[in-house]
Amino acid sequence: MRRTRVAAAGAVTASLLTLVTACGGGSSTSDGSNDSPKTLTYWASNQGASIEVDKKVLQPELDKFEKQTGIKVKVEVVPWSDLLNRILTATTSGQGPDVLNIGNTWSASLQATGALLPWNAKNYAAIGGKDRFVDSALGSTGAQGQDPAAVPLYSMAYALYYNKQLFADAGISKPPATWDELIADGKKIQAKGKSALGAEGANLSENIHHVFVFARQHGGDFFTPDGKPDFTNDKVVAAVKQYVDLMAKDKVIPTGDAEYAQNQSVSDFAKGNQAMLLWQSASANLESQGMSADKYGIAPVPVQSGTPGTGTQVNSAVMGINLAVFKNTDNIDGAKKFVKFMTSDAEQKILNTAYSSIPPVKSVQSDSTFSSGANKVLKDTLATSAAALPQVADESQFETAVGTAVKELFADAAAGRAVTTDSVKAALEKAQQQMPTK
Amino acid sequence: MTTTAPAEQSVDKTPSGAAHPHPRRRPGRIRRIGLPYLLLLPALLLELLVHLVPMVIGTVMSFKELTQFYIRDWGAAPWSGLDNYKVSVDFDAPVGEALLHSFLVTVAFTLLSVGLCWLIGTAAAVFMQDTFRGRGLLRALFLVPYALPVYAAVITWVFMFQHDNGLVNHVLHDQLHLTDKPSFWLIGDNSFWALLTVSVWKGWPFAFLIVMAGLQNIPGELYEAAALDGAGLWQQIRRITLPSLRPVNQVLLLVLFLWTFNDFNTPYVLFGRSAPEAADLISVHIYQASFVTWNFGTGSAMSVLLLLFLLVVTGVYLLLTTRGRKPADV
Repeated sequence: MRRTRVAAAGAVTASLLTLVTACGGGSSTSDGSNDSPKTLTYWASNQGASIEVDKKVLQPELDKFEKQTGIKVKVEVVPWSDLLNRILTATTSGQGPDVLNIGNTWSASLQATGALLPWNAKNYAAIGGKDRFVDSALGSTGAQGQDPAAVPLYSMAYALYYNKQLFADAGISKPPATWDELIADGKKIQAKGKSALGAEGANLSENIHHVFVFARQHGGDFFTPDGKPDFTNDKVVAAVKQYVDLMAKDKVIPTGDAEYAQNQSVSDFAKGNQAMLLWQSASANLESQGMSADKYGIAPVPVQSGTPGTGTQVNSAVMGINLAVFKNTDNIDGAKKFVKFMTSDAEQKILNTAYSSIPPVKSVQSDSTFSSGANKVLKDTLATSAAALPQVADESQFETAVGTAVKELFADAAAGRAVTTDSVKAALEKAQQQMPTK
Repeated sequence: MTTTAPAEQSVDKTPSGAAHPHPRRRPGRIRRIGLPYLLLLPALLLELLVHLVPMVIGTVMSFKELTQFYIRDWGAAPWSGLDNYKVSVDFDAPVGEALLHSFLVTVAFTLLSVGLCWLIGTAAAVFMQDTFRGRGLLRALFLVPYALPVYAAVITWVFMFQHDNGLVNHVLHDQLHLTDKPSFWLIGDNSFWALLTVSVWKGWPFAFLIVMAGLQNIPGELYEAAALDGAGLWQQIRRITLPSLRPVNQVLLLVLFLWTFNDFNTPYVLFGRSAPEAADLISVHIYQASFVTWNFGTGSAMSVLLLLFLLVVTGVYLLLTTRGRKPADV
C-alpha cells in the first residue's frame, strides 16, 4: 500500500515535471543559431485569391532560392483568420517558423513580445541596407525609437473601385472626390435600383482601417502622442459617426452589409450589384471573381474637401505585409538570406505583380509596371496621402476593441436604431475601458 | 515495477483471499485494496496529463500579469496576486460588468437550451417507442444533427441566417410575411435566438438517443398493467415512463448542462471572434478576453471562476439527486 502510494506519487511528479518543462519551451532567450542551415520554415500570409493561388505564386520563387543557396524553404500559407493566433501560439511555445509574414499594423504589438529579430543596422546591412525601402513602408515596421521588428515586403493602399457601367447608367461622368459627392452619386445609383457602396460591417480590421482614416480627416487620432488610448475625443467620435452614418443616415451602404465579414462586399461589387467599393489592392481579387480590369475604374478614396494629401487630407492607411524572423530560429543566416532574396529587385517585381500590390523597394517602385492604371493610384496614395496606423504596443487590442464598437454601431444602424453622437461616444467609451491599463 | 510484483505472484490465491471475510495475511489485503487502484492508475495518469496539469497551469497563470510583454517567457511575468480576479469580479467596472452580462446570458441560454433539448428528445423518444413503418429511418434521420461535424453544420446555419440571401428570412419574410422587413439573425438582439436554435438543433438528438436507450429497460408489462387499470397515455408517461427514466435523466441533464454552458464551437463559428452582446456566451467571452486582447492572466482568472462555478453546480446537483438512493442506482 505504501509502496503503491510512493510509486503513484513518483509517477505523478515525473509527469508533472515533464509537462512543465515542455511548456517552458518559450523561455529560450537565445538570439538564433545556425544548427540547421539547410532548411527554413516560412509562414506566408494569404495574398492571392486563395491559398492554392499563393502556393502557385510562391513555389517557383522558393525553388529559385533553393537553387541559389541550397536552402530548402517549407512554406505554409496561413489564412488571415488564423495568422495572428498562430503567431501568438508560436511566440508562447517557442515552436514557430523561421521566417513569417505579418500584417504591418501588428508590427508594434508583436515587437513588444520580444520574439522577433530586431532589424538593427547590422541586420539591415545583411539585406542591402535600410535605405532601399520607401519611408512610408518603413513607418509601419515597429514603434518609433526602437529597432524595427520586420522588413517591408508588399505595400498596399485603399482606393475607390467603381463600376464603369453602373456609373454611366446613372449618368455620373467622374468618380466622387469628396464624401458629399459620393453620397450624391450614391443616390443616383440607388435610383437605378443598384446598391451604392459596400462595407464589411462585421469585419473588425476593415472597420479600423476606415475609422482611422476618417479620424485623420477630422484632425483627430485614437492615441495621444505618448501612446495612451484617447477614443472619446470629439474628433474621433465625429469620425466614427461619419463612417457609420454612411449606412445610418446617408443610407448609401445597404443595411445588409452590417453582418458582412467574409469579403461579401467584394463579391457584390464583382457581380455588378454594387457600384462602389473601398478596398486595398483589389485588382487580383476582382479578376479571380470574374470581373475584368476594363469593367471598373479606380480612384483615390474621397476626402472631406479638396484633394488628397497629408494632415486632414489623408485618404488611406499604409497597408501592407512585413517579413519578420523569429529570434529563436535555428538558421539565422539562412533566414536573413531569405529576407534578402524576397526583397531583392527581381523578386519584388514578380511577387508584387502577382499580388497587385506596390513594392516597398525604391528601385522597383519606379519600374513602369507599377506606374500605370490601378497601380499609379495606389502608388500615389502611398507616396502622398497615406498615414501609418498607430505604432503602439496596444495596436492589436485597439483593433479588436474599437473594431467591435463599430461593428455594434453598424448593427444598431441595421436594426433601425438611431446612431447619435452620444451612442457613438458611449460605444467608444466602453472600448477604451477594455484597453490594457498598464 | 516493485509494486506490481506481489499482486502478480499471488493471482492464483485471489479467489480464496476474497472469499474469506477476514483475510489472514497482509499481502492478501494489499492485493484486495490495491488492485482497483492499480487498474485505475493508467486512467488516472492520463487524466492528470490531459486535464489536471493544464488546469493547474491555468490557475498559476491567473495569478500572473501575463500580457504580450511576457508571453514569450511567461516564467518572467510578474506575479499580480489577486489583481486579475479583482478586475474580473468588479461588476461596477467595464471588464467585470461585461463578464457578469456574459455569465447571465450564458445561464439563460443554457437553461433554455437544455430544457428544450430534453423536452424534444424525450417527446420524440416516447412517440417513437411503438413500432411503425419507417421508424428506423426516422430514428436515423433524427440523429443526423448529432452526427454532423460541428463546423460544417454551424456554417450551414450561418448561410441560412444571412440577412440578404438566407433561407430563414426567405421563409419568414418572403413566403410567410411574418415580418415587416428581413431580420438580422447574426448581429443584434436576434442573435440570441439564432444561437439557441442552432444549439437545440444540435443537442436534442443526444437527449433523444439516451432517453431512447433508457426506455428499452422499462418492462412492457408495466404499461400493459397500467392500461388494464385504465391509465391513459399521459398517465402512463407520468407514472411509469418518467419515474423509470429518473436515473438516466439525472445524468443526461448534467451532461447537457455542462456541454451547453461550455460550448465554444457553436457561437464561435456562428459569430466569429467578437460575438454580439445578446449572444455573448462565456466561453467565447473568455477567449476574447485572453486571445484577442492578449491578456492571458485575466482570461485565466475568468476561466478559474467559471471552473469553480461549474464545480459548485455539479456538486450541489449530484448531492441533491443522489441523496437517499442506493449506490447501485447511481
